[in-house]
Amino acid sequence: MRLLGILGQLAWRNLWRNHRRTIIMLGAISVGVWAMIFMTALTRGMVDQMISDGIKALPGHVQMHHASYLDDPSVANRLPISDTELAQHFDSAGIRAWASRVRVPAVVTSERDSRGVTLLGIDPRAEREILFVDYDDTEGRFLTDENDNGIVIGKKLAKILDTGIGKRVVVMSQDPDNDIADRGFRIVGLYVAGTSAVEEAFAFVGKVTAQKMLRIGDSTTEAVFLGDDYRDVEFVYETVASAVGDHVSVTRWYDVDSYLGTMMKVMDGFVLVWVVVIFLALSFGLVNTLAMSVFERVREIGLMLALGMKPGSILGQIVIESMLLLVLGLAAGNFLAWATVVPLEGGIDISVVAEGMEMMGAASVLYPKLTLNDMILANVVVLLLGLLASLSPAWRASRYEPVEAITKVE
Amino acid sequence: MNIVFRLAWRNLWRQPRRTWLTTGAMVFSNILLVFMMSLQFGMYGLMIDNSLQIFTGHLQVQAPGYNDEQKMRQTVPDIVPLANTLRMELESGTIAARGWAFALSSSEDRTYGIAVYGVEPGFEANVSNIPGLVSEGRFLVDNNAAEIVIGSVLARNLRVGIGDELTLMGSGRDGSFAAAVVDIVGIFDSGVNDIDRSIAEIPLGLFQDTFSMDGAGHQVVIVGDDLANVQLLKTQVQSLLPDSGNSVVRDWNELQPGLKQAIQADISSSFFMYAILVILVSFSVLNTVLMSVLERTREFGIVMALGLKPGRLGRLIMLETTLMGLMGVVLGAFFGALLTSWFTNNGLAIPGMEEMAAQFNLPARMYPKVSLLTLLAGPCIVFLFTILAAVYPALRLRRLHIVEAMRVA
Repeated sequence: MRLLGILGQLAWRNLWRNHRRTIIMLGAISVGVWAMIFMTALTRGMVDQMISDGIKALPGHVQMHHASYLDDPSVANRLPISDTELAQHFDSAGIRAWASRVRVPAVVTSERDSRGVTLLGIDPRAEREILFVDYDDTEGRFLTDENDNGIVIGKKLAKILDTGIGKRVVVMSQDPDNDIADRGFRIVGLYVAGTSAVEEAFAFVGKVTAQKMLRIGDSTTEAVFLGDDYRDVEFVYETVASAVGDHVSVTRWYDVDSYLGTMMKVMDGFVLVWVVVIFLALSFGLVNTLAMSVFERVREIGLMLALGMKPGSILGQIVIESMLLLVLGLAAGNFLAWATVVPLEGGIDISVVAEGMEMMGAASVLYPKLTLNDMILANVVVLLLGLLASLSPAWRASRYEPVEAITKVE
Repeated sequence: MNIVFRLAWRNLWRQPRRTWLTTGAMVFSNILLVFMMSLQFGMYGLMIDNSLQIFTGHLQVQAPGYNDEQKMRQTVPDIVPLANTLRMELESGTIAARGWAFALSSSEDRTYGIAVYGVEPGFEANVSNIPGLVSEGRFLVDNNAAEIVIGSVLARNLRVGIGDELTLMGSGRDGSFAAAVVDIVGIFDSGVNDIDRSIAEIPLGLFQDTFSMDGAGHQVVIVGDDLANVQLLKTQVQSLLPDSGNSVVRDWNELQPGLKQAIQADISSSFFMYAILVILVSFSVLNTVLMSVLERTREFGIVMALGLKPGRLGRLIMLETTLMGLMGVVLGAFFGALLTSWFTNNGLAIPGMEEMAAQFNLPARMYPKVSLLTLLAGPCIVFLFTILAAVYPALRLRRLHIVEAMRVA
């Protein structure tokens, strides 16, 4: 232990013998570490938001449909489980939120024009946490309950259809016997979503109203479940899948939208690759610095060996020196990253490229997200690989022949 | 050979390990830059081409306002004669007129709302990939036949196949009721879900009759020889349009603003990464040059005592760095090109790439292409920063006191 103390002290002093070199290296390490964490926080924030927005546009973390619904999204393929049964199974199953809906393709016709939409008959109180629409941000009002007679459409759709709040539209779809089912609705609200594609795609009505219009009694076409974290939906999936039989299909969000699922996996890979690439760029400088500092101390090292210091201690001394350098750089880099990310957590406005971000499925405000895991990953990678990189110069230093080293002339 | 040059070269190899490590840092980042840029720019080209070739084209003549609102009544009058004029004047066959309408399509037992396009059977294949993507049956042939080609997802949702009948219902340009019964003659599979689910094509003649278009249409799609000349082509087309003010030319960036912005967003984030790499390399170079200057303080003191001007010594240092930087450029560009061309031949597939690629209309396997730009841009910037990094150590020489320098142990 005392030996370690002495070696540490030696290493520390050696580090500051050439303070300029050490400071440049520290600068490089902190910039590198800052870049690792900052960039990771940016992308992590972007992907996180993409996925959570995506999951909201899809319904929930786990969803349940009639086995043929996904291929043939028609009311003929309804859930064979009633709401009462669903409530029995899931009200106290530890699932954060769940709701059942009527989801059918439909056509909305205004006085001017018509468009195809996905019609959602919902119970607004059960959906508050699940739906992507912010009820309070809706122009006019959102639906109040499942018996609401009004319809809420997206702002963009209203513009296309040349209509607005208070106007009437006709919604047309099919009932289970393939007959046209239609009904007039008064527009009570216009919702806003992150992207105009979404605002064009969905229209909301009360669940009971939709059931009446489609003549399907009290049955629904899908049930959606929300867990606590989109990364870990297995618990919800298992709970739902085991509660119902094989005759309904239960899917996780990443089964339904493979692009989003891939994004999540690719993101984790990207973080690691990025951290390693930056480290490699750093490692050249690190090894160089260590090698130089060993080289200019050859005589000194020879003397220490001649005086009886063990080669292992020489090795330890150099490695400790490198570790001290890295730890200082990491501390500065972590601090720098924290200090730059935290003020930005309120969001970075990138609306200049809004439509491009929309194409990728992201919103136009970027919220960087600093996660402990990413920071730990960056720090561990730097320390581990740094240790590896410093072994070679340290090993060389410990293998000097004392006599040759002492007599070496510069 | 110049004596300064010889000195610089020899100085580099006094510490071969250090020189190689520093050059290694440059080579590493150069290889990375060459490869990444080749991959990126290749990808952007493909992204643009594939996205536009499916349906949009490079330019479209439309009614003002149509691009934002897509309303039935925003039409271009006498669209077929206009398309003919353009074809003749521009001496180009890659021009086709289209009409567009929202309609309910009903099969025996399903009904969906879709976008119905009226297309010129003879010309559509020149501006869009869809005719070529017909995987079952055939594309449209006759300009007035009651036929339709639909996407594969729509076919599945409607539960129909080739030979089945489809009823189209919508409203005409004047608001009148419009209906037609058509035979499904082809099913296309573009791989893009949105297109396969929501688009159907019928002959333009039939379209104009059904939707009371009175000779009008909604878009004339134009594909140029080269994306780079689109602006020129745009002015040309503009000058050929009648002066009535009821038609304008839109380029691909206006038609699909998301595309260019997605590329811009990607460029800016990757340039951030490149900048970091370059900065890290500069630090490494700065350190090396500074060290090599410091350890030679005594030597410099002596040569300056012998009458060498600090300016000349500064040039020596800069030359050393330049030589090192040049090695970095040459080796980096060489190995970068080698690595890239290996992937050019074998393709690059990243696990999970397929879904990502599909989102941007890209193939699952990427083939990066080296061009002069991607080969030299990265290494040249690294080189520039290398030289910049050597300025500080070189300037320090001016502050060297000869006597003190010679006494340094």
